[in-house]
Amino acid sequence: MTNHHEEGATNGAEIHIEVEDLSKVFGPDPESIVPLLRDGVSKDDILARTGHTVGLRDISLRIERGETFVVMGLSGSGKSTLVRCLNRLIEPTTGHVRLDGEDVLALGPRALRDVRRHKMGMVFQRFGLLPHRTVLANVTFGLRVQGVSLAERREKASAWIERVGLAGYEQALPRELSGGMQQRVGLARALCTDPEVLLMDEAFSALDPLIRREMQGELVRLQQELSKTIVFITHDLDEALRLGDRVAVLKDGFLVQVGTPVEIVTRPADDYVRAFVEDVDRSRVLRARDALKFAAPHATERVEEALGRVAAGATLGEALAAIADVGGPVAVVGRNDRVLGVLDGTTALRALTERPEVKTS
Amino acid sequence: MPPFLTQPFPEAWRIPLRGWTNDGVNWLVATYGDVFRGITDTVLLLLVRVERGLAALPWWLVVLLVAALVWHATGRRVWPAVSLAGLLVLVGTFGLWSQMMTTLAIMLIATLFTIVLGIPVGIAMARSDRLKALLRPLLDGMQTMPSFVYLVPVVMFFGLGNVAAIIATFVYAVPPIIRLTDLGLRLVDAEVLEAAQAFGASERQTLTWVRLPLALPTIMAGVNQTIMMALAMVVLASMIGARGLGQEVLRGLQRGNVGLGLEAGLAIVFVAIVMDRVTAGYSRRWDPTAKGR
Repeated sequence: MTNHHEEGATNGAEIHIEVEDLSKVFGPDPESIVPLLRDGVSKDDILARTGHTVGLRDISLRIERGETFVVMGLSGSGKSTLVRCLNRLIEPTTGHVRLDGEDVLALGPRALRDVRRHKMGMVFQRFGLLPHRTVLANVTFGLRVQGVSLAERREKASAWIERVGLAGYEQALPRELSGGMQQRVGLARALCTDPEVLLMDEAFSALDPLIRREMQGELVRLQQELSKTIVFITHDLDEALRLGDRVAVLKDGFLVQVGTPVEIVTRPADDYVRAFVEDVDRSRVLRARDALKFAAPHATERVEEALGRVAAGATLGEALAAIADVGGPVAVVGRNDRVLGVLDGTTALRALTERPEVKTS
Repeated sequence: MPPFLTQPFPEAWRIPLRGWTNDGVNWLVATYGDVFRGITDTVLLLLVRVERGLAALPWWLVVLLVAALVWHATGRRVWPAVSLAGLLVLVGTFGLWSQMMTTLAIMLIATLFTIVLGIPVGIAMARSDRLKALLRPLLDGMQTMPSFVYLVPVVMFFGLGNVAAIIATFVYAVPPIIRLTDLGLRLVDAEVLEAAQAFGASERQTLTWVRLPLALPTIMAGVNQTIMMALAMVVLASMIGARGLGQEVLRGLQRGNVGLGLEAGLAIVFVAIVMDRVTAGYSRRWDPTAKGR
């Protein structure tokens, strides 16, 4: 068979952020809890016995340069804690965070400030804008902190304000803007210092569904031009699958699974993830090339039966539409016009409706 | 019952706090007399300048300036400006204009002291829970202790007159501004603070660009309360020799001149109303979370 994981990301790309054995315990004496974590005492038992709350447990992740890495989980899963450990808004209890190989947790206050000023931008759920300052002043905040001159600040900020679609609103106050526009300000503020890493904590969760989709599209568009390393936190599976090159699923402070959206949907690591992905719209997540895997043996090889063609990267939904259009199987075409296989209606429907099995590996 | 319990409170348990205090105050006055005299002279110099400055202004200009201030503070509303300026004119018709200027000078200086000292203490208190735990009982004490109690030592340190009145007013009126500065700084939206931190703002940058501006409405509410409390001290302060409207109230009281007492009393109320509207106006205007006008 001719299918392979073109999205399977970890091969060869440069590691930008590396998280190793990261744990975070909240309470009066977190250090004393570390042995209990090692012994595998559960979160509930630790809370009952010691009054300490376990936020994160032995998290290890490798985030590649230029990828959009989504951390997904329900409230209390530790996802917001995780993103704050990356820039040390929250101090981890144990473990390492490396940015370009440099241990962020070993930095002194001044060096940490420099990393925050130049290398990491952050976008917040409720925007975190200065309510008494204009859009322009908010966007220039990071540069002002750096001590950049007023003229240069204005020039850079104006460019970003325009780029996020807020031209003409420079002198408006945040309260005069809608939620979506306020978050555009938040995004422009984070991008204005030209950081390598963008941390986005539930950045679109406070927005109306329609605006949220619009902002997601905006982020995808910007990311195509910018290729930042984005760590995006969300509780919304659809958002995770739409934005993420890879998705990490957190539960009760544990890392449950890391994988591409297709891997998460088709091969959930446990029942928890499976329950999560059960209602997902597979026609948007799966690609035509992924659908080929659901074919009966040799069914994909009958190239002569194909009545049309569809790109390998097209969504399953688009492939289904193409099949309906031509009234029969279509060829799935990869790079250089290479035919990866033939997709018929039965296979496409199977790919659409299959209940995922829990991955056993 | 043992005889011990039927006795009155045992004499032997007596703690000579009054003796200690008197000795302490006497020692302070004797040892640091120069320091207190220095403070007195400095404050007096400041007061005389402000008072002369105010007295030198023609009455109509003062009325116009107050009207303009109210107009600005209330978001450019004309009616409050006209009516509050009218109240000042009314004080003039009572024949109490110069007394009002004296009271105003004392008030302005006392308020200036509370702001200059109160806000930094409030900032320090917001930074340290330990300091807060230490200061709270002290502030409670300052607010609940009957003011007569510290009028006497204040007079011993600073002599009779306007300076002693300013110091006593300061002691009485400074707690609210400390408290509200602390409260305002602690109430600043945690996410905005996180954002400042995430962009690498230093503590000083965070304080001056984020915390203080966002706490400003609360701090102004503190200034407002402080001024109201200071005005409440005007009559009491006249008992240790402060001049101005309080002195007229006292004179009315001593001579059984009910009319004079009422006129001076009304004048104090009018000054209070004007100052309240101005500070409350700015407190509201500088509130970034309020809807724009």
